[in-house]
Amino acid sequence: MRPSTSSRATRLLGAALTVGLVVLGLFAFVFTEADLVQLDAVRLLYVHVPVAILSYVGFSVCAFGSAMVLWKRSTWWDITAAAGAELGVLFAGLTLVTGAIWGRPIWNTWWEWGDVRLMTTLMMFLVYVGYLAYRRVVPAADVRARRSAIIGLVGVLNIPIVNRSVEWWESRTLHQKSTLGELKIEDLTLFTLMLGMVVFALVFAWLMIHRFRVGWLEHQAETVGLVAAMAERRAQRDAEIDEALAHPGVSSGSDR
Amino acid sequence: MRVLWAIAEKDLRIEVRSKVVASQVLPFAMIVLVLFGLALDADRATLRSFTPGLYWVAVLFAAILAIQRSVSVETASSAFEALRLSGAAGWQVFGGKALAVAAQLLAVEAVMALGVVVLYRSSFDDPVLVVTAAVGATVAISAAGSLYGVLAVGMGVRDTILPMLLLPILAPVLVAATRAFDDGLGTAAVNGWSWCGLLAFFAGVYLVVGGAAYSVVLEDA
Repeated sequence: MRPSTSSRATRLLGAALTVGLVVLGLFAFVFTEADLVQLDAVRLLYVHVPVAILSYVGFSVCAFGSAMVLWKRSTWWDITAAAGAELGVLFAGLTLVTGAIWGRPIWNTWWEWGDVRLMTTLMMFLVYVGYLAYRRVVPAADVRARRSAIIGLVGVLNIPIVNRSVEWWESRTLHQKSTLGELKIEDLTLFTLMLGMVVFALVFAWLMIHRFRVGWLEHQAETVGLVAAMAERRAQRDAEIDEALAHPGVSSGSDR
Repeated sequence: MRVLWAIAEKDLRIEVRSKVVASQVLPFAMIVLVLFGLALDADRATLRSFTPGLYWVAVLFAAILAIQRSVSVETASSAFEALRLSGAAGWQVFGGKALAVAAQLLAVEAVMALGVVVLYRSSFDDPVLVVTAAVGATVAISAAGSLYGVLAVGMGVRDTILPMLLLPILAPVLVAATRAFDDGLGTAAVNGWSWCGLLAFFAGVYLVVGGAAYSVVLEDA
């Protein structure tokens, strides 16, 4: 049977998140009003904030998986860590892109060098791009797992820095402090933002499951490939021995 | 600590004999300073105001070379194997390697400081702050570099993967060292000592992480 990463549960999850994305689109573009200050650009925040938070989740999964790799030396956790890092990079990239698109009309610039949150987010993104690049160049699976686990753990130090940067360097950022806890956002706007978080969390979970399964299949392909190569070599060697026994005095292929 | 010192002494002795840092890394760092001057059209006022940033970017480039050298002395003749068999703990090997890199980098930085005074006409208004920031940043760079340097061992792409891994995690060190130098050189009105605190934090974190993780990577090196 052809290996697949889908299952009944993931197909249901996929259907649910598709409906969720449509509903979120309706709330973002139809039911909510444009902001008095940000105008229509506020609609980007229904994507920007959830993907930013989920990028932290992805990197945290990577860090936890990395710690478990060092503790348990488990392939399962290594694949989980890699999947988390890949989704973290994807969502952090989306955060940077949606932030730049939002920043152009609101801050009058695509990119603000003086903004500490932008810079720390970019650095966190680059740290994990390095992590993923590193995983591609280390051929031995067990060495790759152990070494990349260290990079994954060091990289997670960025999360509190990115998250708290607007408080620690208040004068060096255009980003506002978190207003979610104080419920300063208008009701329907807050609801749409929360809906965005739920929907993008489903997207994250769906991608995570599939990426993990792809990683697991890759691991099996590597293992099966190695076993098959060893079996082929053994069969070749057995044939050479049989030939040497059948025709003593004639040198075999491996002697040439 | 005796083992740690012995490993640091070994690396420094190799440098004294081979003079790779003195004859290649230091000239490279000075060339970078000169190139910055050329790229900025030799405008002294601009150069002076940007000296802290230019200086630390040049130091980071030089550090990459120094770290690659520190690793290559171990891989060239399978010396990592000897280090593993010596019975030295991972943190001792890490500490010795980081200490040797730090000593070499501090020497390079001292000459580069003379370079920015001569080439950019910069002046050190607060030498104590400048030295403190330099030591903090150098410890952080050496600790992170020594850990990541050995992570890149055994790969054909070591020269390209090391900067890609190392430079992003050293970005906060670059920012903090530049701000502290802004105060120390009088190029901006900032509190340099608070940035020294951040440098100390990162130096401490990278020392602890490096000391704890080095034995894991050493067994695969």
